[in-house]
Amino acid sequence: MQGVTLIVSMAEMKFSRAPDQLVTLGLGSCIGVCMHEPLLKIGGLAHVMLPEDSLAIDKSNKAKFANTAVPLLIEELVKMGANSERLVVKMVGGAHMFSFGKNDNSLNVGSRNQMAIENMCKKYGIHIIGKSIGGNAGKSITFDLETGNVRVRSLNANICII
Amino acid sequence: MFRIEDLNNFQRDVLKEIGNIGAGHAATALSQLLADKINMTVPAVSILPLDQVHNLLGGPEELLVGIYMRVFGESPGKIIFLFSYQDALTLVDKLTGSKIGFTQNLGEFEESALKEISNIMTGAYLNALVRLTGFTLIPSVPAFACDMAGAIINSALLDFGVMGDHALIIETQFSITERQIRGHFFLVPDPGALEVILNALGAGPTCKE
Repeated sequence: MQGVTLIVSMAEMKFSRAPDQLVTLGLGSCIGVCMHEPLLKIGGLAHVMLPEDSLAIDKSNKAKFANTAVPLLIEELVKMGANSERLVVKMVGGAHMFSFGKNDNSLNVGSRNQMAIENMCKKYGIHIIGKSIGGNAGKSITFDLETGNVRVRSLNANICII
Repeated sequence: MFRIEDLNNFQRDVLKEIGNIGAGHAATALSQLLADKINMTVPAVSILPLDQVHNLLGGPEELLVGIYMRVFGESPGKIIFLFSYQDALTLVDKLTGSKIGFTQNLGEFEESALKEISNIMTGAYLNALVRLTGFTLIPSVPAFACDMAGAIINSALLDFGVMGDHALIIETQFSITERQIRGHFFLVPDPGALEVILNALGAGPTCKE
């Protein structure tokens, strides 16, 4: 059976089951959090923009922030029948797109996003089994819910699968 | 805090006029630099949800060159220049006096040339803004990226994290008459800076249409 490809735009979160695929395009400092339940072959993808909702004026969108997106991913997948102990995460993005020089740390939303997601996963006991984080290249990802594979595309590198 | 969604038409016009004057200065600077005629569009003031900004430029995976500068001072914000990859190459040819088509890729030298163009245009733009408002505004050194539109724009808009769900974008397009180079120029005031700018121009949040 041919699955459907669902596009997840910025600060969005979508869920589905095999054989569907979840796709998000043009990740820069944002991070694509792919949460998978390998037995039921269901999963969710969140396009996280900021590490914490305390940084924003409008906090209503939970998919936008690392500290609210991770618990929501877990909650929704459990509602779909997932066993929270089987959930695993792969994360992609968190690049440092613009650099003002070699020792520049000012534009580090990417690494703050990464730390925030890692902390949240640790807190909820979710294993992070794959990462393609950092660097200075934008990435697009395809999350295959059948296998849990995440295909990472960027403009100047070969496609890699994590 | 004053929210960009609350801007009335009069206030939008004020911002558009700032964009107009600033961009006029910047276009003049570019014209002198390249010794060529430059056309510019009347600036558009748009208030866009963050996830739609890259649609202005042809989708999240479009290959773009972006040059980004922070603006420091009384009304902090960011300035972003965006060119398509091909137009960036042509612009380097124009600046260096090479035959169009000579530049094939963007190395350190080409990057530096594009940064310099942005620097000069930003200087002219901010200078106009300074004269209007009496502020002191200082741009940072430019930062360069060549990548997918989505990644460039979102990272530039989000760099310091503090951001609503909408971006206020004052956008002007430049074109070099014969060459069809189009550049997008964005001025993105920080959330708190908007009120400061409007106040300085007598169009503060309490002003009625």
